[in-house]
Amino acid sequence: MTRDTSYAAVMARKNEILKASVGLDYARFERSPIRFDYEGLLSSPGYSLEEVQRIQAATGVGRTPLVELGNITDLVRSVSKAGKGARIFVKDERANPSGSFKDRRASLSVYHAAKLGYKGVACGSSGNYAAAVASQAAKRNLRTIILQEVFDSRKVGQPEILEKTRTCEAYGAEVWQLSVGPELFYVMLRVVEETGFFNASLWIPTGILGVETLGYEVAVEMKEREGRFPDAVVITNAGGGNVTGTARGLDKAGSHHTAIIGASVDLRGLHMASDVDFNRKSFTTGHSGFSVPFMLIPDRTDVPRNAARQLRYLDRAVLVTQGEVFYATDLLAKLEGLDRGPAGNTSLAAAMAIAKEMDKDQILVVQETEYTGAGKLPSSQLTFAQENGIEVRRGDPRENVPGKAIVIPEGPEQIRVEDLDLAKMRRSYVEKAVGAAAGYRPTEEDIRFLAEDSKSTVEFVRSALPR
Amino acid sequence: MSDKEEGVSDTARGGGLVQIHVVVLRPEERTANIPDCTKAVPYEAWVKGFLLDESARIGDPVRIRTFAGRELRGELAAIEPAYGHGFGKPPVELIRASLEGRDRLGGAR
Repeated sequence: MTRDTSYAAVMARKNEILKASVGLDYARFERSPIRFDYEGLLSSPGYSLEEVQRIQAATGVGRTPLVELGNITDLVRSVSKAGKGARIFVKDERANPSGSFKDRRASLSVYHAAKLGYKGVACGSSGNYAAAVASQAAKRNLRTIILQEVFDSRKVGQPEILEKTRTCEAYGAEVWQLSVGPELFYVMLRVVEETGFFNASLWIPTGILGVETLGYEVAVEMKEREGRFPDAVVITNAGGGNVTGTARGLDKAGSHHTAIIGASVDLRGLHMASDVDFNRKSFTTGHSGFSVPFMLIPDRTDVPRNAARQLRYLDRAVLVTQGEVFYATDLLAKLEGLDRGPAGNTSLAAAMAIAKEMDKDQILVVQETEYTGAGKLPSSQLTFAQENGIEVRRGDPRENVPGKAIVIPEGPEQIRVEDLDLAKMRRSYVEKAVGAAAGYRPTEEDIRFLAEDSKSTVEFVRSALPR
Repeated sequence: MSDKEEGVSDTARGGGLVQIHVVVLRPEERTANIPDCTKAVPYEAWVKGFLLDESARIGDPVRIRTFAGRELRGELAAIEPAYGHGFGKPPVELIRASLEGRDRLGGAR
């Protein structure tokens, strides 16, 4: 019997397909229309931090260098008030096998898939995660199918994503280069149903547990070298997995007072599912178009419950402009000898602004770098931007307009961050969570869950409840 | 940057590395909650693999064996398509900005 593969029919089978493709029954963790057992979900795959470290070491993942950026720190101090300008460090995650921290997420999920007996893995990602899954699957002798949003309707592709196709094919993956649209999820459901492969979603528990080692390494190494934990860690933030895993890892190492700061690139006004806007964005990482919606509705992902919950961990969330990220990228190469991709440099740009506010003896860590090259370099990205009618010039980054103008700062004094109003985000999260459970009255336990899930208080949640 | 490549020949031989094109959803089959500009165009896919037919011309319906070992069907879109992305032109304004930043540090210390 062949199954109906129409859009409506496949979407109607979504839950059973997902259950089979991640080997996990999310219904076990549901406690009410609002609440679920988050820690129970995360501990369900059964991996301790020590086991994760061992699994990652087997494929050469992790234990990346932590490098002090002395010249960039000096540059920041040259434009800071007396006594200000924290020391900036970077975790050089490019040293991972496929060139980014995403190897940590992929390593555990692919190991888990092999352990559960899946013959292959499928993954929907246009970014480093796709490369990481393909690389880890190659090492574990599993087949890989990657689904990527690559082309607009003119068949023009963002060079950074074309590069990601190339690297996934280099690792032996079957790559679906798709046009713009959220129907990638439909193709994913069809692929895992047809093949019986594991859905290596970014949002499953192993995808988060794999990142805990990153936060853990940062805390332990800093304590050993400097005798103290970092005062703040800046984390490039889109879907929240990097924030969630890093914050949990810091906590597991005993670094309970480190400020968790999420940084995203300001792309407000550009629709993430627009065929026209698609090629008006530079880079493919850390977009505000992902981070803000994921903050407000964390479970709007490809699995029933998202293991990445950024509001639960964020102390601060900031935006930087595309021009500032290009500037930070080029400074990292020319002042520190590290030619790296834009993902971690979103955090670096934010760190250069935030370090100005902090004391000289404080420590600020940018917790990732990524590989760079054809398609990813500023030369490639800015050439592409200009080909798509975007103005590139020097000036004040305040004049940056997403999709219209990329403004390269005149100097480090112009780098600044725009803070997102987290209290407003938390309130909106509570309203949406309660609103989604229409007709259900939240219990005391639900209110406690919402407070934990938004890093707020029971009183705050009560004040945000619809009257 | 376009991925389109003009091949020397528009005929592919069996076993050759090719790219197929598939219309996954026609505009009227697409999901509701997307911008009009996206909904107006089909949802398309391109996949590479080895040609299973004896020979085929661009536009012919064909079967391929993908790198993951699966058999897929689609129309022949390209023969040995090149990776078209490159390094781009030097970003002059950016280079100037960072060298100025470096100069602020005052040279070798």
